[in-house]
Amino acid sequence: MAKYLILIYGDEQQWAGMSERERLELEAGHAAFRAAAGDRVLDGQELEAPGTATTLRLLTTTDGPFLETKEALGGYYLLQAADLDEVITLAGMLPEVAAGHSGVEIRPVRDHG
Amino acid sequence: MSVAAAVEEAHRREWAGVLAATVRLTRDLDLAEECAQDAYAQALQTWGRDGVPERPGAWLTTVARHRALDVLRREALLRRVLPLLVTRPAHEPAPADDRLSLVFVCCHPALSREAQVALTLRLVCGLSTAEVARAFLVQESTMAARVTRAKKKIATARIPFRVPVPERLAERVGAVLDVVHLVFTAGHTAPIGAGLVRRDLVAGAIGLGRMLHLLLPRNPEVTALLALLLLIDARRDTRCDAGGRLVLLADQDRTRWDRRQIAEGVALLTEALHKSSPSRYGVEAAIAAVHAEAPSWAATDWQEIVGLYDLLLRLWPSPVVELNRAVAVGLRDGPAAGLAALAPLLDEPALATYGYLSAARADFLRRLERWGPAATAYEEALALTDNEVERAFLAERLASVRRL
Repeated sequence: MAKYLILIYGDEQQWAGMSERERLELEAGHAAFRAAAGDRVLDGQELEAPGTATTLRLLTTTDGPFLETKEALGGYYLLQAADLDEVITLAGMLPEVAAGHSGVEIRPVRDHG
Repeated sequence: MSVAAAVEEAHRREWAGVLAATVRLTRDLDLAEECAQDAYAQALQTWGRDGVPERPGAWLTTVARHRALDVLRREALLRRVLPLLVTRPAHEPAPADDRLSLVFVCCHPALSREAQVALTLRLVCGLSTAEVARAFLVQESTMAARVTRAKKKIATARIPFRVPVPERLAERVGAVLDVVHLVFTAGHTAPIGAGLVRRDLVAGAIGLGRMLHLLLPRNPEVTALLALLLLIDARRDTRCDAGGRLVLLADQDRTRWDRRQIAEGVALLTEALHKSSPSRYGVEAAIAAVHAEAPSWAATDWQEIVGLYDLLLRLWPSPVVELNRAVAVGLRDGPAAGLAALAPLLDEPALATYGYLSAARADFLRRLERWGPAATAYEEALALTDNEVERAFLAERLASVRRL
């Protein structure tokens, strides 16, 4: 088994502008994902808006995210799975994959064991 | 047959199977490649002494796997650099053929298209890194680095050595077919260099197509792609004259087309079209079949060809398909109509450096006897073409319209 981080990116404005119904649909999508993934989900959280971020670089502390892009990191899951195909199949269920403005990035977590 | 020829043939026919069966054991692509290469080296010696075995593939696989077991035993305690490949879980039945797992690893969507092509040629077709580098006009060191990076990603991201689950199969087969088609196209008209054709790439692509058809016999897209490759390759002996000069489809000696290969291609296409509605490669194969079965250029059913391009545009919209359709319109309705059909494509950015657009315009202008604009279009086409055989053809046409 290996660990993978699923990073959920999307247009912050579109997320902020969701109606109550859209919000509920999104949450139902995540509930379905969690149900399918079961105990393979080790952790997963939605992040506050990128405007609430603080970035530290050499000698400076600034407001905002590390990368100023239209598509911001909105949340993540830490998954444990046998291989990349298993993660691709599960992550494909996330509602952000089907929405036009967002998507997910799958990154293997380095194994130091 | 000499021993060297027998080993060479076994390399062409059995390499992917020997390697795939060894990967299953080592779960390490580099080690498996090394052991498979060792087995072929040993075959050269042993077969010379004892004769060629009845089943060369089985002999090579056994030797390669023994070699792998030796190495694994010796190095069991050494710390490994890369994690082992993920293979199918123990409770799943073994697949009929490991080669398919190898193909799906090489063409995994998590790898770039360049890496997919390089890995497929190296691991499935058994080309050396130098040969792959030459085919794609990059330095051998660049190609070696590309292959190493891809192998590292396969191990690190745990791209599994197995056939995808049924829900993902269609999408994954699509990527494999695109890789095979790309290899064929690069071989059929080499993008640069002295020869028109890269025979090794064409043979590699057709070999891959045949292997996929054998392993996935019920997949209509696989069948259609194999049909397409066979139908186009059937014209191979007539595309250049004895002096190595380009001969256009219009002027080829159709009696020298490979009729057996055409019959096989048409039969495969018919089978594919019976099974499902046509796919991109199915329609492309149908276009190739219309040409293959036309008694002459003049007697070609251009109405049918234009209709097939219309269908292809719906399935696979692309500026190159629009260009081919415009050319077919010109052949159906005359050069003025062809020129009018090409006009909207002149502003298409994707075709800005596409030499065939200029060449097609030049030909229609030439047939309208508009010599000046035809010459300019041939000059443009020449500036955008790097294949020596095609350049020679365009230069000859340019000289002839300039004389008029």
